[in-house]
Amino acid sequence: MADVAPVVELVGVGRTFPGPPEVRALQDIDLVIPRGDYVSILGPSGSGKSTLLNLLGLLDRPTAGAFRLDGIDTSSLPEHRRAFLRGSRIGFVFQSFHLLNHRSIEENVELALLYSGVRPTQRRQRAAAALERVGLGHRLGFAPLTLSGGERQRVAIARAVVNRPSLLLADEPTGNLDDATTAQILDLFDELHAEGLTLAVTTHDADVARRAHRPVRIRDGRIEPIVAADPGIERP
Amino acid sequence: MRRGARRLDGRAHLRLGDLLSEAGAALTARPARTLLTAMGTVLGVAALVATLGLARTAGTQIVTRFDELAATSVQVRPAGQGGFAGADTTVRSSIPWDAGDRLARLNGVRSAGTYTALGTKASRTVPLVDPTGRDVVQLPVVAVSGGTFDAVRARVRTGRFFDDGHNVRRDPVAVLGPAAAQRLNVTRVDQGPVVFVDERPLIIVGILDGVVRQPELLGAVIIPDGIARTRFGLRAPAEVQVDVAVGAAELIGSQAALALDPNQPERLRVAVPRSPRGVQEQVQADVNGLFVVLGAISLLIGAIGIANITLVSVLERVGEIGLRRAVGAARRHVAAQFLVESAAVGLLGGIIGASGGVLTVVAVSAARGWTPVLDPWLPLAAPLSGLAIGLLAGAYPAWKATAIEPITALRQGT
Repeated sequence: MADVAPVVELVGVGRTFPGPPEVRALQDIDLVIPRGDYVSILGPSGSGKSTLLNLLGLLDRPTAGAFRLDGIDTSSLPEHRRAFLRGSRIGFVFQSFHLLNHRSIEENVELALLYSGVRPTQRRQRAAAALERVGLGHRLGFAPLTLSGGERQRVAIARAVVNRPSLLLADEPTGNLDDATTAQILDLFDELHAEGLTLAVTTHDADVARRAHRPVRIRDGRIEPIVAADPGIERP
Repeated sequence: MRRGARRLDGRAHLRLGDLLSEAGAALTARPARTLLTAMGTVLGVAALVATLGLARTAGTQIVTRFDELAATSVQVRPAGQGGFAGADTTVRSSIPWDAGDRLARLNGVRSAGTYTALGTKASRTVPLVDPTGRDVVQLPVVAVSGGTFDAVRARVRTGRFFDDGHNVRRDPVAVLGPAAAQRLNVTRVDQGPVVFVDERPLIIVGILDGVVRQPELLGAVIIPDGIARTRFGLRAPAEVQVDVAVGAAELIGSQAALALDPNQPERLRVAVPRSPRGVQEQVQADVNGLFVVLGAISLLIGAIGIANITLVSVLERVGEIGLRRAVGAARRHVAAQFLVESAAVGLLGGIIGASGGVLTVVAVSAARGWTPVLDPWLPLAAPLSGLAIGLLAGAYPAWKATAIEPITALRQGT
């Protein structure tokens, strides 16, 4: 079973953008996210946070070190294998939802299964089940623009979890939501985490960061030492 | 939430049906834009189809008219002789007297007969004492065989044509062309009027109403070969007029000389009408040249239109592209989707354009009373050319779409 390996294992990872001038966005990153963990990733703009998110999401390759996802060394894989891993093991949630506005919410959720070869009938069943899971069973057939912001983000979360990913990457997931809706989304994250999902959430919001089990702070391309007693109460 | 075993060697892939339905959904999301994008291709393909169709239709039309007169007309003359067959040239002629009968036995010949112009002769009817001599007119005299009347498709107004019997018996008979009859003041033949040609009498047996070929017969005194041999020393017929079935001209052209002069067929020259196929192709080439260029230019403009709009669409859908990449699409899947979308727009334009072009051909033909003719491959090739244009036009935008960095796109908040 793959459960022995941690979901994410970064060993000495660096990412340098060739210049001129050469930019060393990440250096010597060692990070392990075990299965079932819930981390928040904090850091000011330009700290290398988005570069790290790119690497974790297999949307970019490190220039140094190794990244193992579920124990699979991803650095040397060809692009189509990485695309498959991304589609089958990673779920993304974004600040601005990124739903296709002219498609129904089921079709939006089905999109996450489109590139991994799931049959259409099975896609529809799983999409409906995922929407049910995030509490939108009564909204089937709706277009995204007819939903509230919180509901749209829940559609996005359904899309992220529909293929049962190893890792859910959320990039400022509550940045566009009010406090009440934010609380609902964070409750949903807690529920998903309780069901065994591994989450990594980037945020500027201390309240959001506090819901995670441990903070990972990035500054100047390096991970700051973890202060166990103080789980991420830092305002940018 | 866990699945037990996952395939480690999986590769991202996309079913063809899913690719098509994703592209279809993107196109139907903005139907007006899709139609406008296709418009350039519609006009280009319609112009090409209409041009090619009309050229074909017009070409066929000209050939149809051509068939009715000339394509069924074949002449046989002695080789090395010019256009006009005079009596003086008959010395060298190897055409036999029974040429009409010989050719009539060939399959494809409807009728055939000899034809020899004997020049103009002084002709009059009743002798009058008229010092001014106005009762004498100069009329061309033509010697023919019995089959010639059918071969030139002559119609009789009154009386009858002479036949091979008159010919063999060397009967002194004549048929007048309508203009000749008028000049000689002959209107009826029931009382056996006589025409004096070179002061020797010929009994008028009939008056022509008209002919389809050899219009000089209308003003001529037409006599049988037999009496022409006796009175005017005719040695051999100058030419043979043949009326053939439609499409048989080339066949008869290859057989006539052998049938008339088996020993030395090269002494005869057979004039056949130009091949209808050649005429048709030439007409098409004339019409096509310019308009095909115009159609091609409008197709090119159509392609640029598709490329432009698809490029705009790529820039608008940066977020969607990033999202698709994030949920497991490889670069080639993104490229494939935009290619399929632009190809579908091209195909749509091609189908609408082909329909428009065909309708144009039918409408013009209806207005002109023509039979619309279309090459069968044209309505099939036209949508395919639209498809090709779309693919070509989509190549650059599709490549552009693959260059989009997913996270950058997803952070833009579109």
